Amino acid sequence: MGSLIEVSRTALYIAFILYLVATLFFGATIKDKRTADMSKKGVAGTIGISVTILGFLAQLVYFITRWVAGGHAPVSNMFEFVTFLGMSLVLGFIILYFIYRLGVLGLFALPISMLIIAYASMFPTDISPLVPSLQSNWLYIHVTTVSLSQGILAISFVAGLIYLVRQVDQTVRNKKNVWLEIIMYLLIVSLGFVIVSSYFTATDYQATFEVPNGEDVSEVNFDMPAITGPKGGEMVSDGKMSPFFSTPDWFQGDGAPKKFNTLIWSFLIGTVIYGIIRLILRKRIAAKIQPLLHRVSPNLVDEVMYRSVTIGFPLFTLGGLIFASIWAQIAWDRFWGWDPKEVWALVTWFFYAAFLHLRLSRGWHGEKSAWLAVIGFAIIMFNIIVVNLVLAGLHSYA
Amino acid sequence: MGVNHVKCECGHINPEGTVLCEACGKPIEKNQHIDGNENKKLLNMRYDGASRRSQTYNQSIVDKIWNFFSSVRNGVILIVIALVASGIGTIFPQEMYIPEEAVNRDPAVFYEDWYGIFGKIYYQLGLHNLYSSWWYMILIALIGVSLVICSIDRFVPLRRALKMQKPKRHYTFLSRQRLFSNSGNVSEEDKKKVVDRLKKKRYKITDENGYILAEKNRFSRWGPYVNHIGLIIVLLAALVRMSPIMFLDDYVWVREGEQKVLPSTDSEYFIENKKFTLETYDAEDEENEKFKDAIEQQGMIEKNYQTDAVIYKAKDKEIAGEEEELEKVKEGSLQMNKPMKFDGYTLYQSGYQENEFSDMTFGIYETDEEDGDSLGEVTIDTLKPDQEYETDSGFNVEVVQFYPEYEMKDGEPRSISKFPRNPAFVLEVTPPDSDESELSFVGIGKNIDATGENDYKLQIQDYNQRYVSGITVRKDYTIPFFIIGAAIFLIGVMQGMYWYHRRIWINPDEKGMLLAAHTNKNWYGIKKDIEYAIQDTDFQMVTDQEEEKEMEDDTREV
Ligand code: HEM
Repeated sequence: MGSLIEVSRTALYIAFILYLVATLFFGATIKDKRTADMSKKGVAGTIGISVTILGFLAQLVYFITRWVAGGHAPVSNMFEFVTFLGMSLVLGFIILYFIYRLGVLGLFALPISMLIIAYASMFPTDISPLVPSLQSNWLYIHVTTVSLSQGILAISFVAGLIYLVRQVDQTVRNKKNVWLEIIMYLLIVSLGFVIVSSYFTATDYQATFEVPNGEDVSEVNFDMPAITGPKGGEMVSDGKMSPFFSTPDWFQGDGAPKKFNTLIWSFLIGTVIYGIIRLILRKRIAAKIQPLLHRVSPNLVDEVMYRSVTIGFPLFTLGGLIFASIWAQIAWDRFWGWDPKEVWALVTWFFYAAFLHLRLSRGWHGEKSAWLAVIGFAIIMFNIIVVNLVLAGLHSYA
Repeated sequence: MGVNHVKCECGHINPEGTVLCEACGKPIEKNQHIDGNENKKLLNMRYDGASRRSQTYNQSIVDKIWNFFSSVRNGVILIVIALVASGIGTIFPQEMYIPEEAVNRDPAVFYEDWYGIFGKIYYQLGLHNLYSSWWYMILIALIGVSLVICSIDRFVPLRRALKMQKPKRHYTFLSRQRLFSNSGNVSEEDKKKVVDRLKKKRYKITDENGYILAEKNRFSRWGPYVNHIGLIIVLLAALVRMSPIMFLDDYVWVREGEQKVLPSTDSEYFIENKKFTLETYDAEDEENEKFKDAIEQQGMIEKNYQTDAVIYKAKDKEIAGEEEELEKVKEGSLQMNKPMKFDGYTLYQSGYQENEFSDMTFGIYETDEEDGDSLGEVTIDTLKPDQEYETDSGFNVEVVQFYPEYEMKDGEPRSISKFPRNPAFVLEVTPPDSDESELSFVGIGKNIDATGENDYKLQIQDYNQRYVSGITVRKDYTIPFFIIGAAIFLIGVMQGMYWYHRRIWINPDEKGMLLAAHTNKNWYGIKKDIEYAIQDTDFQMVTDQEEEKEMEDDTREV
């Protein structure tokens, strides 16, 4: 058993590395001066997509071996679920690449997928057993379909991002390019999260607080230096950094101070990295990338964006609403219960319905559509991160 | 449609409000503003320039309501409001999700207690019951109304326009399509070649005096209307669900060994809980080796809980008051994910409680003796205590007070619930052959002698606990409607998204051989079709007049 888990882990590393390599090749498709039309396939693009497919297969090996080792499909905790999302995004990219042969899509999609997989690895990677409500095949069917649809919808974000970087005027500072830069900044903040988490996990940082809890005292372990600490908490570890301030009261829920602390760290490191990049580039990041995309056809990118929504939206309806209801009906005995996860699935669905209507009936193409695609992705990420870690933690699931 | 018909120069009589003649497509001068065609090179082909009620009438109040709901802009605004409102409802838990561990689960207290001033406002605004609030339901209903009106407003005229269309089109119509070319002189042969190739691509060809219309996948235009019908069915199902005939939902707690009437069944059905089982993952078990770390981290993890139950039906309900005769309907087990079904009802294993007492045994001792033997024992059923008990040795024990879930509040003993989770008793003990009785208060870890002068004391000897199984009783005839609605929705979405309605017109005009094309989506695809059809003929490839315009814009930018 142990060795199978080992194989699984290694396969995931290999997939990650292959995605990195593929990204470099897709980067070369941009530099390649000879292929004037980015949508025509060149050597670099062919190698890039081949390596991507190899990476995807490696990740499939990870998935299957972990399934065999654990006895259930590995989509049952944050690590497994988010990793699967990263994989879906790559699959979405592969599908759309074969429809449109747009190499630049890989240049953006793969790093975002890598970021997602790295993010996933910051959660406990133990294989956990299933509580009764999760012991249903409908769970796998539901979760995998949702994740697949989200991966494909994420491609519309990638396309939207490319569109915006390509099109938004960068000559003088304006509202649009500032917003675009904020997106860039947030991507770097999530990189910051991966960096701090890995660093403090590798150095095995531990600081313990004693926190009054009613009449008892409970212990809270921090695995990062506490910039903010639990209210009324008393540091009991020696020689560790004391918090500068305590987490506000209204941060409720399981381990709120710890999550808040992690958030502060991520922004801190992200901001430092962003600052350094800006110092080197002496330009907004998006402004620096823009000239590289000059030969990308905005119309084609727009088409990719719409096409991925037309695949992702029905799939999301199926997985996020229909299969979810079937599972909820069987497991929780009600197919719809207005719990935060269900509500946010509905919000996402409403949002993409609005996206389609605005596009089809109000003519929101191109840039407007691209901004919507970005917001859509923000909602999906909100579903995965905030709803799972913050909102759902407020109430116990039955 | 009355007096206001518009006659086109081609002879066709169009309904009022038509933008492009239904037969030949020639723009009708006075109506161009309706689809925003003035001063534009290209014609708006969204609904083929058909006359839509919402764009034509705006006088009466009915017109105004109709127009409000048939606007996609307003529809999207409603959707966005619903989206934002739904999100707001998740900021704090809804009333039904107030955590078990909350000290006080009364919403009037809970929200302020846990979330301070924001919680209080949340509660006062009624957001703790957002999804069943009147305004949320009205919002969803408005989306439904908008959906219906919007669809009718477009579907009817669009269908009519597509039925009426003729292959011969006016020059203005053709030249103002997005894809257009004029190839000058082209031989009949070449034209035939092109038509044949289009046939091969599964276009339906209509040929009227040499004027050609090639059309394919018209059915995809009905996709949105089909999917909206699906949505309406889902909304109607949700509405019908409010009636108890179609839907009922109740909950019952049944103790092991207990038989109870199933609520909401008119006392027709009974359930007996034979046995309740709770299994957890055992970290020592070899099979669970792989879960070891997770079990250590999270503590006990449940594996299964199930009730072995028997369902009975009352045979004869007519003789009231008499002991009912029961007939066994079904015997089996309920597990999470594996409900039990009978006669249209479904029973779900929903929860359990493990801390209820089924009985307690007390021993009677002399107060002064430290390690004496018990003088007698009584076993009290904590679900239904008897009035009086007699020990073998002749002690009489009377139950004066019973607190199933005992709590001391403001110096007064009381019971928080009627469930024996923490039973306590005031017992009156009378020794054999004596008239003098004394009072004792006993419970878990409590043994109080009110006067301090008792000769006897009571002590818990033994007790039994049992599981109480929580079971949901459900009857739901609405599910098939939801399934049908969802299926129709998905079919409609795919119908509209994965097929494209394409039309190609080939008109031999005095100006030359005209070729124009329109599709509702995927222009790249239709251009490919045209490229394929006209290869090695004298036809000229169409120019994309929108892209041309974009390029002009692009160069202006630089
Ligand atoms: C949550 C509710 C709704 C959903 C999920 C929904 C779904 C859809 C979908 C999937 C399409 C096809 C889009 C495409 O092919 O790109 C569509 C088209 C359309 N919807 Fe909705 N819709 C909803 C509400 C509404 C409302 C409230 C209105 C009315 C204001 C409306 C009016 C339309 C119209 C006019 C079209 C275009 C039809 C056409 O031009 O062929 N929809 N809808």
